[in-house]
Amino acid sequence: MSEPTPAAAKPKVAFYWCASCGGCEEAVIDLAEKILDVVAAVDIVFWPVALDFKRHHVEAMADGEITAAFVNGAVRTTEQEEMVRLLRRKSQFLLAFGACAQLGGIPGLANLWDREAIFRTAYLESPSTVNPKGTLPEVRSRPDGHDLKLPGFYDTVRALDQVVEVDYAVPGCAPTPKIIAEALGALLSGKLPPKGTVLAPDVALCEECPRRETKPDKLAITEFKRPHQVIADETRCLLAQGILCMGPATRAGCEGRCISGNMPCTGCFGPVSRVRDQGGKALSAMASIIDAEDDETIERILSAIPDPVGTFYRYGLPASLLRRKRREAPVEAGV
Amino acid sequence: MREPTAIPETTGRFEPKIVAFFCTWCSYLAADLAGISRMKYAPNIRVIRVMCSGRVDPQFVLKAFAEGADGVLIGGCHPGDCHYQVGNYKTMRRYHLLRRMVEDMGIEPERFRLEWASASEGDHLKNIVNEMVETVRRLGPLRLAVPTESFAGEEVRV
Repeated sequence: MSEPTPAAAKPKVAFYWCASCGGCEEAVIDLAEKILDVVAAVDIVFWPVALDFKRHHVEAMADGEITAAFVNGAVRTTEQEEMVRLLRRKSQFLLAFGACAQLGGIPGLANLWDREAIFRTAYLESPSTVNPKGTLPEVRSRPDGHDLKLPGFYDTVRALDQVVEVDYAVPGCAPTPKIIAEALGALLSGKLPPKGTVLAPDVALCEECPRRETKPDKLAITEFKRPHQVIADETRCLLAQGILCMGPATRAGCEGRCISGNMPCTGCFGPVSRVRDQGGKALSAMASIIDAEDDETIERILSAIPDPVGTFYRYGLPASLLRRKRREAPVEAGV
Repeated sequence: MREPTAIPETTGRFEPKIVAFFCTWCSYLAADLAGISRMKYAPNIRVIRVMCSGRVDPQFVLKAFAEGADGVLIGGCHPGDCHYQVGNYKTMRRYHLLRRMVEDMGIEPERFRLEWASASEGDHLKNIVNEMVETVRRLGPLRLAVPTESFAGEEVRV
């Protein structure tokens, strides 16, 4: 941490995006008129999606000059790694903003593959691709004498805290206006929880679910249904209807937005602090409520979950215990 | 803490590390019986006693793999015999889904087993362990570590 900011100067804030969809940037805009309060309280010194500051402006700042940097998106390329290391050095607080930065997010599901497989699909095999020369991105190429560089594309997607030290996480895909406002409030007031805290309630979503009263004491499921296969009762607990809902294994704070839209929770707020591996815990919660006591029936009921990794680690594969699909490490690297 | 995976001089071959979660009422007693009966079985399992196989959170299994286990074995009471009535049924349900999930993560499903052994089945337990050790030995070391990556000569500029 650097010298304290002079009383007259407004705190400096930066926003940056890595491997993400842009939804987290939208989420900031979704603060609507509240964003004017934010702009009044802080100086935004870097925000590539909205303002014209460049990387060299950040590089020119003193270490710790930025009060808080909000980084959304997972880390997939060398450029993203460079930028988050730069922002870490220049900022007093670095916040993982949204599920991708906090846990790896949807882009993190690419950890089921590797660079070669992704390039093959994206640049060679997808039906809309025309690439007769089979050109693939290279970190360095010299077409017609020009020296061109591209960021390196890692085999493995990482969450922000797997690359740099992170002070706080603002969860969600994307974070909701309420928890963004609360996070900003905490930063501006200086009433900060211990480092590493996820800035959302530390209880499961079921605790604040609008349908909480209809959740049976004992759930017993004989058939899992996916949302497109059934018209869900808008008043009853979705799990009680056999619809996979990650509420029991997901942190609260979103106010049950998906549930209010009659869609099940998919887990974007990540686990509560007592859980290390969101997918393992979610899998445990869902499998345990199956109403069957023999292998055959259990297998039949579970066949309605065709993609366990995509279901239980939808937002958190890089942050999971296994992190990615197994790749044989070079033998000399040891175990 | 990870233990070294050096090939012991005594056997001269890959010795898998297998983490075994045994319930205190059945499988652990079966292992105990095997011991007091002077049965011999492969020394590759590290037994962790739990009150019930239902106590084995899928996170325990994932963590064992992540920290260097080549295989994970869960032992519980036979269906219908659970000391807590239904704990082993919950294990059974989670096992089927977890086994499929670890397979999707590139871990051969043979590395993860659920077996029932009652307190009187020391011989059965011995066979399970020997069989699993041989299976995992054939599969070889798991080597889950995420390799570090670099781009020929292109350093990350930080």
